[in-house]
Amino acid sequence: MIKAILIFNNHGKPRLSKFYEHYTEDTEQQIIRETFHLVSKRDENVCNFLEGGLLIGGSENKLIYRHYATLYFVFCVDSSESELGILDLIQVFVETLDKCFENVCELDLIFHMDKVHNILAEMVMGGMVLETNMSEIITQAEAHNKMEKSEAGIAGAPARAVSAVKNMNLPEMPKNINIGDISIKVPNLPSFK
Amino acid sequence: MALKIVKGSIDRMFDKNLQDLVRGIRNHKEDEAKYISTCIDEIKQELKQDNIAVKANAVCKLTYLQMLGYDVSWAAFNIVEVMSSSKFTYKRIGYLAASQCFHEGTDVIMLTTNQIRKDLSSPHQYDTGVALTGLSCFVTPDLARDLANDIMTLMSHTKPYIRKKAVLIMYKVFLKYPESLRPAFPRLKEKLEDPDPGTDAEPHLLCVQKLRILIEDSDQNLKYLGLLAMSKILKTHPKSVQSHKDLILQCLDDKDESIRLRALDLLYGMVSKKNLMEIVKKLMLHVDKAEGTTYRDELLTKIIDICSQSNYQYITNFEWYISILVELTRLEGTRHGHLIASQMLDVAIRVKAIRGFAVAQMATLLDNAHLLTGNTQRNGICEVLYAAAWICGEFSEHLEDPMQTLEAMLRPKVATLPGHIQAVYVQNAAKLFATVLRKHEGETDSQAAQETSQLLIDRLPLFVQSANLEVQERASCILQLVKYIQKLQQKNVEVAEEVTALFAGELNPVAPKAQKKVPIPEGLDLDAWINEPPSESESEDEKPKAVFTKEEHKHSRSRHTEVDEKELARRREVRKQEQANNPFYIKASPSSQKVYDAPGVEHIPVVQIDLSVPLKVPGMPTSDQYLKLEEERQQKEKAERKKKEKKKKREKRGKERKADSGPESEEDIRPAHQVDIVTEEMPENALPSDDDDKDPNDPHKALDIDLDKPLADSEKLPVRTHRPEVLKSPAEDRVNESIPQETKKRSGKEKKEKKKGKEKDRKRSKEEKKKKKHKEVEEELLESQPEEAIQSEETKEATAPPTSAEIKPTVCWFPVQKSSKHKKKKQKKEKEEKEKKKKKRHHHHHHHSDAGGEDSVQNGTVEEEEPLPPMSNYSLLAENSYIKMVYDIQGNHQDESKVVVSVIFENKSDSFLKSMEFNVLDSLNSKLQRPEGAGPHDSLTVPFQLPPGVSNEARFVFSVQSIVMPQKLKGTLTFIVKSDESSTHEKLDFKLHFTCTSYLITTPCYSDAYAKLLESGDLKGSSLRLEGINMPFHHLLARICFHHHFSVVERIDSCASMYSRSIQGHHVCLLVKTSDQTVSIDAKCDEPSLLGNVLDEIKQTFSKC
Repeated sequence: MIKAILIFNNHGKPRLSKFYEHYTEDTEQQIIRETFHLVSKRDENVCNFLEGGLLIGGSENKLIYRHYATLYFVFCVDSSESELGILDLIQVFVETLDKCFENVCELDLIFHMDKVHNILAEMVMGGMVLETNMSEIITQAEAHNKMEKSEAGIAGAPARAVSAVKNMNLPEMPKNINIGDISIKVPNLPSFK
Repeated sequence: MALKIVKGSIDRMFDKNLQDLVRGIRNHKEDEAKYISTCIDEIKQELKQDNIAVKANAVCKLTYLQMLGYDVSWAAFNIVEVMSSSKFTYKRIGYLAASQCFHEGTDVIMLTTNQIRKDLSSPHQYDTGVALTGLSCFVTPDLARDLANDIMTLMSHTKPYIRKKAVLIMYKVFLKYPESLRPAFPRLKEKLEDPDPGTDAEPHLLCVQKLRILIEDSDQNLKYLGLLAMSKILKTHPKSVQSHKDLILQCLDDKDESIRLRALDLLYGMVSKKNLMEIVKKLMLHVDKAEGTTYRDELLTKIIDICSQSNYQYITNFEWYISILVELTRLEGTRHGHLIASQMLDVAIRVKAIRGFAVAQMATLLDNAHLLTGNTQRNGICEVLYAAAWICGEFSEHLEDPMQTLEAMLRPKVATLPGHIQAVYVQNAAKLFATVLRKHEGETDSQAAQETSQLLIDRLPLFVQSANLEVQERASCILQLVKYIQKLQQKNVEVAEEVTALFAGELNPVAPKAQKKVPIPEGLDLDAWINEPPSESESEDEKPKAVFTKEEHKHSRSRHTEVDEKELARRREVRKQEQANNPFYIKASPSSQKVYDAPGVEHIPVVQIDLSVPLKVPGMPTSDQYLKLEEERQQKEKAERKKKEKKKKREKRGKERKADSGPESEEDIRPAHQVDIVTEEMPENALPSDDDDKDPNDPHKALDIDLDKPLADSEKLPVRTHRPEVLKSPAEDRVNESIPQETKKRSGKEKKEKKKGKEKDRKRSKEEKKKKKHKEVEEELLESQPEEAIQSEETKEATAPPTSAEIKPTVCWFPVQKSSKHKKKKQKKEKEEKEKKKKKRHHHHHHHSDAGGEDSVQNGTVEEEEPLPPMSNYSLLAENSYIKMVYDIQGNHQDESKVVVSVIFENKSDSFLKSMEFNVLDSLNSKLQRPEGAGPHDSLTVPFQLPPGVSNEARFVFSVQSIVMPQKLKGTLTFIVKSDESSTHEKLDFKLHFTCTSYLITTPCYSDAYAKLLESGDLKGSSLRLEGINMPFHHLLARICFHHHFSVVERIDSCASMYSRSIQGHHVCLLVKTSDQTVSIDAKCDEPSLLGNVLDEIKQTFSKC
């Protein structure tokens, strides 16, 4: 089971938090801080696994994370999950975001937390991995968006226009925080064959 | 209309949306909290508006604020509103917010049950998907129970997208509502056996050699995974992993802490008697090198874990282990002083042979206590002094120089130690004092003994002043004792004997579970009340009375204890006797003789001062020496054994052992000490129990269910039933009270369910209150769902499990066969039923004589008799190759002109059935109730679709005028059959048969009221004779009760009076007698034609069997 999925930036600012077990808002914030503390102090060239923080189950749970440019993607999982599988899932998640947002950057996540949640919901459900096939995930996400658009219909047009105007300011903000190199580094395991 | 929408959206577009909120927060870095609080105020305003789009926007913003740590539970109700929007866009926002902040404590969650159910059965797969995703995050036991069946249905949905989600969420449902596991398992199994391309098979057995390549890889992730895989293989193939010890030890040097910890885990599983010392030695080296207290502490605990695992299984030399423990005390700043201390105590207490050595080591520790006292923080290393002082005191007979140790324990510096340690010091100083006295007893010169007394008298006052109560109390007590002894000494009285007696006896370890395992004496009922339980109705003004009753209780209790005192003394005697005879009871023994019998131990230089390493406690033999000695010893033994074997060979005895040239097996290594590890004490007759090791907090514990047992009816998943709410009749209460035997028979599980039921009732009433509060919304929900409007009454009921017990008092003991989902199962059951019947016939005669008695049975409480065969009131309505319909008709308590027809639709085909429409041609007398605004010939939509093989129940309300005659109504069901290639429109005609029985409602009647009714003379009589009835009388009664809605008023032998009432208030009384397969029924009713029809129907019922 996946216990929590956290995305925060290099300063520990949460960009997305999804807990699959109930905690109070205060505890959630503490967990995010604790996890950031544990993950951020690790070198770049060490492994991507470590034991969970005390607040989220200690050594019974594992943190599996990846660091992309300004963002940390951290999955807190119990012993029943496969490390490599989750590592791969993070990669799929990020690549999916990259496809859906077209060159995803931190700002996309900041302004569209709801969309990130919706994409994530197609991959992980209630802490269980639902789908790992990227094209399948994107198909579903697009179907959802299509439905939203059709529902907005004529009534949505003015709102869309306004939001387009509002977003005109966006490019002024630095969009250079590209998530960087997401080329998959899935370990090559010829020796297994 | 369109204009209005556009206008509304123009108003809206200048509202702050999520992006604006985020932008605003980013622009207010200085006063973020203030900005957010104004935003929350805005959101509150937005939530008050009627426009659902505005609300959804507000909820979306709240979801963002929740991530930032703001509590948004106050908006829970608004979230429910947004969830129930008919637009997918808003629904999704609502469900996301709910999944982020709803949990079991959220009270409005109860309001969502119907909405979620509606979404689950929505024709749009994305509504269903969103509901499933949301539910997976906030499912509660109540939701799981109420929705389990709906989710089960979804497992056979046409869309794989939904099937996949439904299968996943079942796991959550099982966790929350374990009762659903057994009924759902067959289908789940079937689903999981589907060729599922989503799961790739993991390679299970990897060659350990390959893993080695992984671990040697430079990629840290691979290294980590390699170690992880190793630890998995270790469990099954420990030998093959052990050969890679070197590699794993290397990993301890890795810069990555994750990898080091993995390696440590592996080592834990790898140790054997042979390599324990070597591994621990390596670990000790790492302890010295380790940077950072966290990792060092981890190492320390691992060392102790490794050594102490499975009751010190791998330790062959306990002197070595004590030395390790002593060496570990050198660790600066560790948090685990307590752990080391408890190990020292454990070993010294349980390994008798080691006590002499341990005491010597501990005495040295005490002597060098100043090296340890630098760290006085709690759990700091000074905790080991607690153990050292206790060991030296308790086993002081092993001390070479007790006087010196005593002196060390009474140094002024001791007063800086934590209170609980000082307390142990003081107490054990007294023990040492006793030992010293005994040692000097008999000596003509009593100088030494007197000096000891003086030492104590000089030093103890320091402790008497201690701020710690425990220390102070013990010190002042012992000080006075010593002063008294000193007086006696001066008179040359021999006191050693008496002083030693103060501390006589031996402490034995008690197993942690000992208390739990004490068997409960026969006849003792721990659940029985000792005093009468306080009545719940006790109101506040009764409280002053309680003072009185309390005193009374006290009085009676003290009398009890008087009696018990004698009894206790007697029992104590008996116990002593038993202990004396019990070979397993460890008695105090004069254990002063040392049990050193291993060769080589004498050679250990006990005193070895190594001043070059300042941190080492001087005078300690290092554990390394043991390692060397051990190796030598093993070598020697091996050589000896070989010699012996050679001898044996030479002697050519019958059984020749094979030369042991391979690696030594575990058994070959004999422990250096003949140690007996004192086993922990258990109470006599301890009960063996397997569930000891189970963690009560394990969420999966509830799923420890036998899946192979056949399903009981009570276990079937609650199907959404639409029964009208039955007023709780007095009979129901009565019945519940009058079936104690019955409840005994029930399993504990069911009892629990009952309790749950009570809770549920409470909850439900709470829920109803809430419902009133939010009535408008509720109405909104209902408006959008006309078919539910008819059943507005029943939707409430839907949250409760529709066990038949709640519906009709008479049927609660009869296993009712409900909607049969698995035809095969049904057939099987019927077979079993038949067999049962056969058997019953066999026993019939015997049984008859049994039942003969004056037992008067009330309302079907036929508890002493054979169980009844399952019965069902559902009869076939119509059937074709696609669908089967069975139905049952029930009267409505509240409304004298309404009956409810429950129809179970079963999809028999391989296709999906949808758009089912139910229509009936009304007669003048009976009409199908249609929603307001519908024409008199409009059909009703069945509120669900049917995937292949699935059945579900719907209910239709009919109004009737006259009930004295049975009636038939023609009707039609139309539906669309949808398969992969095509969809066709199909119809099925049926005839609904309204029997007169269906107008009767089971109503209890007291015998006196019944007698009055018969006396009144308003009733007209009729009678009926049934021949060839070949069933026990109680079965006959049960059948009448069940099929014709009667209740038993009184039963005497083979004669019973029964009662029922029609929805329009007609009384129907029956007197049923039986003899020799003939049953005569005399009946009375105030409406003769109704009675005639009812009797005809009864006749028909029995002609069928």
